Amino acid sequence: MRSAIVERTIDAATLIAEVASATNGATLLFLGTVRETNDGRDVSGMDYTAYRGMAERELADIVREASSRFETADIVVEHRLGTLGLGETSVAIAVAHPHRGKAYDANRYIIEELKKRVPIWKLEHYVDGTREWVAADGSKRAPQGEASVLKSEARAEP
Amino acid sequence: MTVTVLLFASYAEKLGKSSIPLEVAHGATVGDVLTSLQRLPGAARLPTEPLVAVNERYARRDHVLASGDEVAIIPPVAGG
Repeated sequence: MRSAIVERTIDAATLIAEVASATNGATLLFLGTVRETNDGRDVSGMDYTAYRGMAERELADIVREASSRFETADIVVEHRLGTLGLGETSVAIAVAHPHRGKAYDANRYIIEELKKRVPIWKLEHYVDGTREWVAADGSKRAPQGEASVLKSEARAEP
Repeated sequence: MTVTVLLFASYAEKLGKSSIPLEVAHGATVGDVLTSLQRLPGAARLPTEPLVAVNERYARRDHVLASGDEVAIIPPVAGG
């Protein structure tokens, strides 16, 4: 079990190697990558920034929760900060489990909680030269409420 | 007592700074800090009910602060 906020290229093969083993019949990898369009605008790149200490702790909490709920310690998550180009990996989540169902559930749990709770922000660069902070979850929808995040915290397992 | 208010991303741009030492009364809460912040230039552009973390943990409005606490105003997160 490992999680990290990094400022270098994420090597997916390394993450898979860390979690895969003969005890696990299922190994899953999720990669989040920089997309070339958002809300109909042409994107040229992205700057990721974080409240570093809190982001590391919150990510570690999420990994521990997933490990406890879905019964596997074979989880590795890395989130990258800095300036990323199109197609580059911003987040990678590798989960291995004896069975695929819980591997999928754990992987999904981690990315959804990460997007709700981990204090990371992205400044989108557009082809037309402008820049804009992405509101939440890659869209310009209304910001999340305080209640939903505090509720996530409250149901965190020991 | 003094607490340190941290601002990030779009909120740091709105107030033109990322860290503000703030003098508050003993027993002040997160809500009191938000009220004080509203008096600063640029603060009118912050949401009235932002997410807040105290010492790197999400906290409610009635959370009572101690001297030296780090109070972070958290814009809508957008990781992944």
